[in-house]
Amino acid sequence: MILTQLTLVEQAVFVLAALVLFLSFSILAQARLVAGIHVFAWQGAVLAGATGLVALVDGEPHLLVSAGLTLALKALLIPWMLHRLVRRLELERHLDPLPRPAVALMLGAALVIFSYWVVVPIERLELATTRNILSLSLAVVLLGLLIMVTRRQAVTQVIGFMSMENGLFLAAATATHGMPLVVELGVAFDVLVAAVLFGVFFLQISESIESLDVDRLNRLSAWEDEP
Amino acid sequence: MVPGNSGGVVVGDLVNLSSGWVLLQAALFLFGAPLLMAWVRRVKARLQNRRGPGWLQPYRDLNKLFAKEALVAHTASELFRAAPYVVFATTLLACLGVPLVAVGQPFTAVADVIVLVGFLALGRFFLALAGMDVGTAFGGMGASREMLVSALAEPAMLLAVFTLAMTAHSTNLSSVIDHQLAFGLVLRPSYLFALMALVLVAVAETGRIPVDNPTTHLELTMIHEAMILEYSGRHLALMEWAAQLKLMLYGVLIVNVFLPWGIAREVSLAAVSFGLFAVVAKLLLLGVLLAVTETVLAKMRLFRAPQFLNFSLLLALLGLLSHVILEGGA
Amino acid sequence: MGGVFPFSLLLACVALLASLASAVSALGTGGKRGPLFKRSMFVLLGVAGVAAVGAGLAALASPQAALGELPLGLPWLAWRLRLDALAGFFLLVIGLVVAAVAIYGPGYVRDFEHGQDPLPVLGLFTGLFVTGMLLVVLADDAFLFMVAWELMSLSSYFLVAFQHEQAANRRAAFLYLLMAHVGALSILLGYGVLAGFGEGFAFDAMRAAPLSPGWASVAFGLAFVGFGMKAGLVPMHVWLPEAHPAAPSHVSAMMSGVMLKVAVYGFVRFVFDLLGELQWQWGVAILVAGSASALMGVLYALMQHDLKRLLAYHSVENIGIIFIGLGLGVIFLATGHPAIGVLGLVAALYHTLNHALFKSLLFLGAGAILHAANERDLERMGGLLRRMPWTGLFFLVGCISISALPPFNGFVSEWLTFQTALQAWMLDGGVLRSLIPITAAMLALTGALAAACFVKVYGVAFLGQARSRRVRRARPTPLGMRAAQAALALLCLLAGVFPTTVLLWLDAVPAQLLGQGLSQATARGWLWLTPVAPEVASYSAPVVVAALVLVGWLAAVVLRRHDGGEVRRCDPWDCGFGQVLPSPRMQYTATAFSQPIRRVFGPIFRIEERIERREEGMRYQLLVLDRAWGWLYAPVERWIHAVARRVTRLQSGNIRVYLAWSLGTLVVLLWVIS
Repeated sequence: MILTQLTLVEQAVFVLAALVLFLSFSILAQARLVAGIHVFAWQGAVLAGATGLVALVDGEPHLLVSAGLTLALKALLIPWMLHRLVRRLELERHLDPLPRPAVALMLGAALVIFSYWVVVPIERLELATTRNILSLSLAVVLLGLLIMVTRRQAVTQVIGFMSMENGLFLAAATATHGMPLVVELGVAFDVLVAAVLFGVFFLQISESIESLDVDRLNRLSAWEDEP
Repeated sequence: MVPGNSGGVVVGDLVNLSSGWVLLQAALFLFGAPLLMAWVRRVKARLQNRRGPGWLQPYRDLNKLFAKEALVAHTASELFRAAPYVVFATTLLACLGVPLVAVGQPFTAVADVIVLVGFLALGRFFLALAGMDVGTAFGGMGASREMLVSALAEPAMLLAVFTLAMTAHSTNLSSVIDHQLAFGLVLRPSYLFALMALVLVAVAETGRIPVDNPTTHLELTMIHEAMILEYSGRHLALMEWAAQLKLMLYGVLIVNVFLPWGIAREVSLAAVSFGLFAVVAKLLLLGVLLAVTETVLAKMRLFRAPQFLNFSLLLALLGLLSHVILEGGA
Repeated sequence: MGGVFPFSLLLACVALLASLASAVSALGTGGKRGPLFKRSMFVLLGVAGVAAVGAGLAALASPQAALGELPLGLPWLAWRLRLDALAGFFLLVIGLVVAAVAIYGPGYVRDFEHGQDPLPVLGLFTGLFVTGMLLVVLADDAFLFMVAWELMSLSSYFLVAFQHEQAANRRAAFLYLLMAHVGALSILLGYGVLAGFGEGFAFDAMRAAPLSPGWASVAFGLAFVGFGMKAGLVPMHVWLPEAHPAAPSHVSAMMSGVMLKVAVYGFVRFVFDLLGELQWQWGVAILVAGSASALMGVLYALMQHDLKRLLAYHSVENIGIIFIGLGLGVIFLATGHPAIGVLGLVAALYHTLNHALFKSLLFLGAGAILHAANERDLERMGGLLRRMPWTGLFFLVGCISISALPPFNGFVSEWLTFQTALQAWMLDGGVLRSLIPITAAMLALTGALAAACFVKVYGVAFLGQARSRRVRRARPTPLGMRAAQAALALLCLLAGVFPTTVLLWLDAVPAQLLGQGLSQATARGWLWLTPVAPEVASYSAPVVVAALVLVGWLAAVVLRRHDGGEVRRCDPWDCGFGQVLPSPRMQYTATAFSQPIRRVFGPIFRIEERIERREEGMRYQLLVLDRAWGWLYAPVERWIHAVARRVTRLQSGNIRVYLAWSLGTLVVLLWVIS
């Protein structure tokens, strides 16, 4: 596949997909909680843009619906909820820095190369374009997991989880021209419910251990504390 | 074993090289660089509700410094006095290697983009040595910081450049621009990332906010200024001029490689003057952007600079990866 | 020796004999006619160097290899010599450095004549060392190769242990001996694999050996470890920064400048010549090890303030760069792009030559400082440019060259390596296509850090003001020492400004070795270096130098016309206090200079930092240690100790038990051979 053979709109889809990957890296590197939420919101917006463009290219109106849904949910609603939560827990100035940011970023880059290497053999896919974007989406998913592994804050872990979902959505939107609308609505609803549940959960955690540091959940039960 | 059969070709090349193009480009850079600096300062002053110095102020400054007596510290060696000439010459030579108003001019073949980075590194080497030569704490401090910043900026810059080179299959800037023009408008994710990386590198390398502050008067926060603290008279003028050239060099590199439209592809008066017009317009726009960012941002602590540069390295790396994954897939 | 030897091989034998004779005449330097013998020792060494250069050039110019046989060795395996273009190139490298050292030596060893260190020992082992290196390159069978290799290793062991009064030197020498032999064992096993399939120790038989890919990989792995250990690849490099500084400086120059190159020679001979079919996975292994060595080498070098140790760490870096070139060569050759693969190989060889030139230049400069001020510690140097202007100038040339800055030679070879790496778009695998540019970026980082390191070295040692009395009163160095440095500095400049000429000579190596030359690189005449094609990349060093000189000169002429270049001297800026006289203690030190880099790359080092508060003030102590010890060597050492403890159980002290072991061994052996 040569980029110059595609139309401008298709190229724009590529650019936006690459931006989604870049924003995943930004979340990975971001130390401040609030900034992380903002980057996540941008990722949702870019994803919605990419989906919208795919809808234009393929002429599939239901993709426009899911683009709008993504925009509303992932760029606006969920970030807003997270933001409110952070404010309620008074974590606005909280930092969750990585101990070795350079190492994490290198690991991330290695994951991108790895996901390309994994996806390349799936030659049977109808279009080479699909394959390339698929490897990118896989990388976004893996990066989301990496974010969850490297972070100690429950809020950042949730962001990692949601950005994983973004990767899956990118794959669905670009590679298979979107899932059936029903499925997409269901998934969107699931994500929303998950966000609400996470919110409730955070409040509980922070009430019981007065912190959102998941490393402090290591002890399995209270009586282990007793000597 | 000695190649003798190509004497005619060599002479032809040399004649070609010494044609008016080189002089024209040198003149444009030498006289355009202070002007660009003046523009940035004026815009910045306006943004801060000041009137700012006139258009000709950088020329007046240079002129005054050239006429003044040169003071040299007792402790300085010959290297201190030679360094301004080396820094100036290498920077000017690097400028000659960048296509300014037209592609395919002969001097771009002398130095490809890696050689260009090498020239800048050579100038920096002497600049840092000159900083250490006087034997004061400030000079050493500036040299140490400058070498840190450049050590981290150079891989990012080269990685960004490699992305371009792998797309165009050439490290010759003229060929890179030609390749870009030949395909018309193509949205390449890799170019986007390379552009962002190069902008960050340019900010760091030319000593602008947020990495370094060119107008600071506090010795302890200086990087570039600390190294040239001991210079005066014509030596200082050369150093200042070289810094202005470097700013313009990075500006031209960014606008002409990523947005080459307008650059002359044939030698005719109309094409060349349009090329000149285009590059001036692009540089003015870039100057506004630079002034705005410098007004909005504050200078970072020194140890934030590595993070800034790591970020540019990450961008360059993503540029490369997206080139391989999205654009080069077999 | 027979008169049928071709001219090039004859010259090489002259070099061998001259270096042997130099070793012999060193024995007389202790006696009554010491000065005469001393002079003849260095003259003979010089003859050896010049003859080796001549032999190398002759071999590079002749289209086929010269063969010969020495009437020595085993009855069924006479010592066979072969001088092809590859061997010729390395003879040239060895010869250049040896000749420079021969000019430098007489002045430098004057310090040893009256000291307690015996000059005859130094001369003897220096001569044997050179003989060993020449013989390694000339060997045409594994047997002679290993004998010469051991001669080289053992004689250099004695040179490292030369100043054995210091415990550190003894320890360094032992470590060196140990690692040299582990490496030699690995090489021997590698040759064993080839000999096993090729039915013979002659290189010809090995070339024809029908190896399966698996066995080839085994042989490659053994050779990689063995030669890599001698060359100082990370993590097998720890002996190098200990051993090289311990030897006298002119020997350090040969060890760093040439002996490491002999290891590179062995590796190139083994992989590109003897092994046959290349596999690209090997290239990846070489590439990764090379980039790791380059980066770690320069980072550790930055942390040193002992000048010779710092230079030794830079050898690790430069060997890494050479191996990056070799790795790229293997990858491109194995994936069917011979033109680019050859370019990688040539870039590596070019860097080999360059490193030999500038590293010996720098070691000779360090020796000159040692001679003049008896100082190796950067923290006590400063302002040496004023005391030793010529050494300062030549050292600056060395610094610019090793920092890979144009227009000197280090830049050309790194540029060629970059150009090779940038052809990665030709490859099929996406992983390779992304890995190779990342390696190139690491090379760029290495180059920039090297520049930082040499700003530190030059700025702290030669510029500013003296930090100790000894350095303030540095005595001038003899003419011979300066001449040797001048010659090497000139060669650095020439190899940087006329790369096409060098490449034309170098071209013979891949042409003979792989049957493929560099057709493109010099196609546009001596003015242009065009490694792949003119429109892909071109560099014209002569034009660059001319333009640089022209612009600098014009600026100087125009600006100095008012006052003829006069300047007024004044005090440096003191923030307006007016009473603070600049004292040498206010200068940035080497440790201070590298502090930001130490902080940014902190996790790579093992840093022990201590601040003690005392009555008379504070004391700051900083120790930067090599991580390789903790990660690799300490576990191995513990393991060996554990095994050794088990083995000691055999030692009962009872003589009849020992006799029982002998009896048992005898019985088993007889059973095996029956």
